[in-house]
Amino acid sequence: MSAVSADPAPAPAPVPPPAVTRVRARRARWYRQPTLMTGLVLLAVIVFMCYGASLLTSFNPDTQNLEQPLLGLGQAGHLLGTDQEGRDTWARLLYGGQVDLRVAFIAVILPFILGTILGSLAGYFGGWADTVIMRIIDIVVAFPFFVLVIALVFVLGTGEKSIYIAITAIGWVSYARITRGEITVAKRQEYVLAAQSGGLSSLRIIGRHLLPNVVTQSIVYAMSDIVQDIIAIVTLSYLGLGIQPPTPDWGTMISAGQNFLTTQWQLTTIPGIAVVITGLALSLIGDGLADLLRTGGS
Amino acid sequence: MGRMSFVLRRLVLLVPTAVGVTIITFFMVHLIPGNPAVTILGQRANPSTVAALDKQLGLNQPLIEQYWLFIDRLFHGNLGQSLYYQVPVSSLITSHLPPTLWLLCYAAVLGVAISVPLATLAASRKDAVRDHVIRVVPLLGLGLPAFWFGLILQTWLGTKLRLFPVTGYGQGFTGHLHSMFLPALTVAVALCPVLIRSLRASMLGVLGAEFVTTARAKGVPAPRLLVRHVLRNAVIPAVTVLGINIGYLIGGTLIVEQVFAIPGLGSLMINAIFERDFTVIQSVALVYGVLVVLVNLLTDVAYVALDPRVRFDA
Repeated sequence: MSAVSADPAPAPAPVPPPAVTRVRARRARWYRQPTLMTGLVLLAVIVFMCYGASLLTSFNPDTQNLEQPLLGLGQAGHLLGTDQEGRDTWARLLYGGQVDLRVAFIAVILPFILGTILGSLAGYFGGWADTVIMRIIDIVVAFPFFVLVIALVFVLGTGEKSIYIAITAIGWVSYARITRGEITVAKRQEYVLAAQSGGLSSLRIIGRHLLPNVVTQSIVYAMSDIVQDIIAIVTLSYLGLGIQPPTPDWGTMISAGQNFLTTQWQLTTIPGIAVVITGLALSLIGDGLADLLRTGGS
Repeated sequence: MGRMSFVLRRLVLLVPTAVGVTIITFFMVHLIPGNPAVTILGQRANPSTVAALDKQLGLNQPLIEQYWLFIDRLFHGNLGQSLYYQVPVSSLITSHLPPTLWLLCYAAVLGVAISVPLATLAASRKDAVRDHVIRVVPLLGLGLPAFWFGLILQTWLGTKLRLFPVTGYGQGFTGHLHSMFLPALTVAVALCPVLIRSLRASMLGVLGAEFVTTARAKGVPAPRLLVRHVLRNAVIPAVTVLGINIGYLIGGTLIVEQVFAIPGLGSLMINAIFERDFTVIQSVALVYGVLVVLVNLLTDVAYVALDPRVRFDA
C-alpha cells in the first residue's frame, strides 16, 4: 500500500450525476488532461524502450567481458559504459526494466483482484463477513508495509514468487477498504434495488452492476500502488531478497554499482533515475485520472 | 462523551489489533518452508542445536500451546535468544530503539519544515505557475527509492563535498543533528509529496471559510492572514496525515538506516536477514507493529488536543 492522504477510504460523491453523461464527458476529454497525457506518453516511451530493447542495443545484457570492466560513458561503443564484469550497462538497464515492469505489474494485479473481491463481499453483505475482513485489515495496516514485505519474503525464501505472495498478502487491504467503502454507499441506490427485486443473484449484482460503477477509485489507487511496488521490488533486489543475479534488474544494478560510487557514478545513478522516471510517469497518470474523476473531465 | 473516556475507548479498541499483531508475528515462523529449525540453522546443523531451537521456538508443541508460550514470554519481556548474536533479543531492541526514534522524529520535523512553506506558497495563489510546479515536482519523490537517494546524497554531500558525515549516529544532541541530517532528509523527501498535498488541500479549504473573508475585509495583510489564520487551522489535518503515514515513514527509515550505518532497528533487521537470525526479524517486526499502533493512538489523542472543535462521539 502506498502513502495515504487524509482518509484511506475516499469519500464518495454525494449524488453522482447520471452515469451515461459522466462516461461520455470523460471519453470526450480524457486526452485533454495534461497530467494524464504526460504520464501516459512517458510510460509508453519507457515500456517501448524496455520491450524494444533488442532494437536499441546490440549487446546482450548477460554477456560478460572481463577484459573491459568498468568502462566509462561511451567507451568502446558502450553507451553507458560497462559494469564490474564488463556487461553493457545500457543493455542491462533496458532488459532489467522488462523484469521490473513485469514483476510490478503482476504484483499490483494480484492484490487488486483479491482486495476487490473481499472488499465487495464485506461491503455488500455486511454482517460478520464485514466485521472479520475489517478486523484483519486493521491488523495488517498496523505493520509498516516494508517491514512486513521484507519479513515475509525472508521467511518464504527469496525470488519472484515470494514477492508476489508477500505483496498480495499485504497490498489487498487498501483495495478492500476502497471497494468496501464505495459499495456500502452504492448498494443503496435504485439500480441495485431494481436488480435485487428483479431476482438477480448477489454474485451477478456485485459483478455486473456494482463493480463496474465503483472500480474506478481502485484503478486510480493502483497507479500509486504500483509505484510503491516498484520501489519494494527494487529495494528487495538491492537487499538480495528479490530478483536474483544474473537476471538484470534495477535494484541489483544499484547494489552492484555502489562499490564504485566515487569512480563510476553512472553504475548506481542511472538505474535509480530509471526507477524515479517510471515512478513519475505512473504518479502523473494516477493524478490525472483522479483529477478527471473529480471534475468529470471538464 | 468526555476526553478521558474517548482516550479509554481508543485504548480498548487497541486490544484486538495488538492481539492480531502478535498472531501475525507468531505465525511467521510457520511460513518458513520445511522444518523451520532446520531451515533457520542450515541443512548441516547439529541435531542437538536443531532440537534446542525447536524447544526455544516451542515447535514441538500444539499450535495453541505455542502461541500461549509466545504471549507468556512476551509479557515477561522475553523475546527469545538471538540466533546470531547469542544475546537476548530484548536487549538488542532496547539498544537499537533510540537511533530509530531519533531518525523518525528528525525526518518528521524536516518533512514539516520543507512542506509547510511550499504548501503555503502553492495555496496562496491557486492554479498559478508556482502552484502547478509545487504540485508536480514532489511527485518525483513518490517514486524515489530511499536507499538510492541516500546513496546519492551520501556520495555528493558526504564524500565529495564533505558537508556531512557519511555514516553513523553522532555523539550528543548536536552530533546527532549533524550526523543524521542526510538520512533524515532522505526519509523526509519521501514524505513531502503526501504532506504538501494534504496541507495544500486543507489550506485551500480554510481559505474558503467565512472567517478568512472577514479577516480579509478587516484588512489583515496577506502574509499574516496566511500564517495566523489559515496555516494554524490547516496544520491539524496535516498532523493526522503524518500519523497515518507513520508506517510509510518507518518503511523509509528501515533501509536508510542500513545505508547510513545508523545502529537502529532497521539496520538490526536487515543485518538479521543477512545472518538469517529469525528471532530478531520476528521481534523487530513486532516492535514496529506496536510502534505504529501506539503512534496512531497518539495521533488521535493529539487531534483531540489540538482541535477543540472535535466531538468525542467517534
